[in-house]
Amino acid sequence: MSFINYLSREINCKIVYYGPGLCGKTTNLQYIYNRTNPDAKGKMISLATETERTLFFDFLPLEIGEIRGFKTRFHLYTVPGQVFYDASRKLILKGVDGVVFVADSQMLRAEANIESMDNLRTNLAEQGYNLDTVPYVVQYNKRDMPNISSVDELSRMLNPQRVPEFLAVATTGEGVFETLKSVAKLVLTELKRGAA
Amino acid sequence: MASPQMVMYEEEFAQVQAVTDRLVQDANARVVFVVDKNGQLISASGDTGDLDTTSLASLAAGNIAATGGIAQLLREQEFATQYHEGVRQNVHIQVVSSRVILVVIFDNRTSLGLVRLRVKRANEHLSRIFEMVMAKAQDPFRNSPFAEITDDDIDNLFND
Repeated sequence: MSFINYLSREINCKIVYYGPGLCGKTTNLQYIYNRTNPDAKGKMISLATETERTLFFDFLPLEIGEIRGFKTRFHLYTVPGQVFYDASRKLILKGVDGVVFVADSQMLRAEANIESMDNLRTNLAEQGYNLDTVPYVVQYNKRDMPNISSVDELSRMLNPQRVPEFLAVATTGEGVFETLKSVAKLVLTELKRGAA
Repeated sequence: MASPQMVMYEEEFAQVQAVTDRLVQDANARVVFVVDKNGQLISASGDTGDLDTTSLASLAAGNIAATGGIAQLLREQEFATQYHEGVRQNVHIQVVSSRVILVVIFDNRTSLGLVRLRVKRANEHLSRIFEMVMAKAQDPFRNSPFAEITDDDIDNLFND
């Protein structure tokens, strides 16, 4: 749910990075944080365990520019990927404007990807959203790893609705900003459509 | 869309700001802020100079969301009030109309009793204001700034 403030002329939107454990959601946000002009970002908050596994969420506020005199901000969140943190994942999806599904390209993680995507669909539905209508993109991360599935295979398994999809290596930043730009654009287009 | 978009117009924003400004004075608090349950900062009053209000807003909302989850598991409706006691500073968090969160940060210049008392009154005022905000947001004839935005405007935002 976007938030529009007429007095400070700001539009704030919420994007959630979803995906199985260790697929690189936090790494996406860390790369964005490291590569963004300090004026355009706030602090990155990570609520993580001692072993740097996301416990509740990561949060990164990002300003991307002005549209018709309105400062446009995106609040990026990640969810904890591990299966048993489902209650937390549901909470973070509240008020979401756009979703990035980060898939792990490694063959061994195929099942985890599918399970996480089913979980995304269920949890979104519980909040009153439909994955087929919410602004949504898919990222196939870890393309630099050995034993990865082909893009066709991943696409068939995880993207039957043919939303925009991106190849990525989040550790080096490949595909990270392309993914973000794509979902941000979809969110703004959806808000425009809703206002028409 | 699952929940209506929140739009703050100048009139309601000024009213919210007046309530939080007054609460800072009446409760002798350091900072007061109002946050949407989704973590968006709505207004802040008091000594906000060195505070990262954006992060605080997101974390306060996360906190309320987590205790809301606990309430659900216990079949409680909601834990509307929370209090965190620190060595030098304390935080009082109040859910207003199940919709927004009122956060008061205070130190030993005041007391929890006074903060609670003043929050109760502010809560009533804010409830009325946010009822109006939500009624306006649901009015289909009201203009959204997005109605004027063109596809070119969106594309221009992402030109490197």
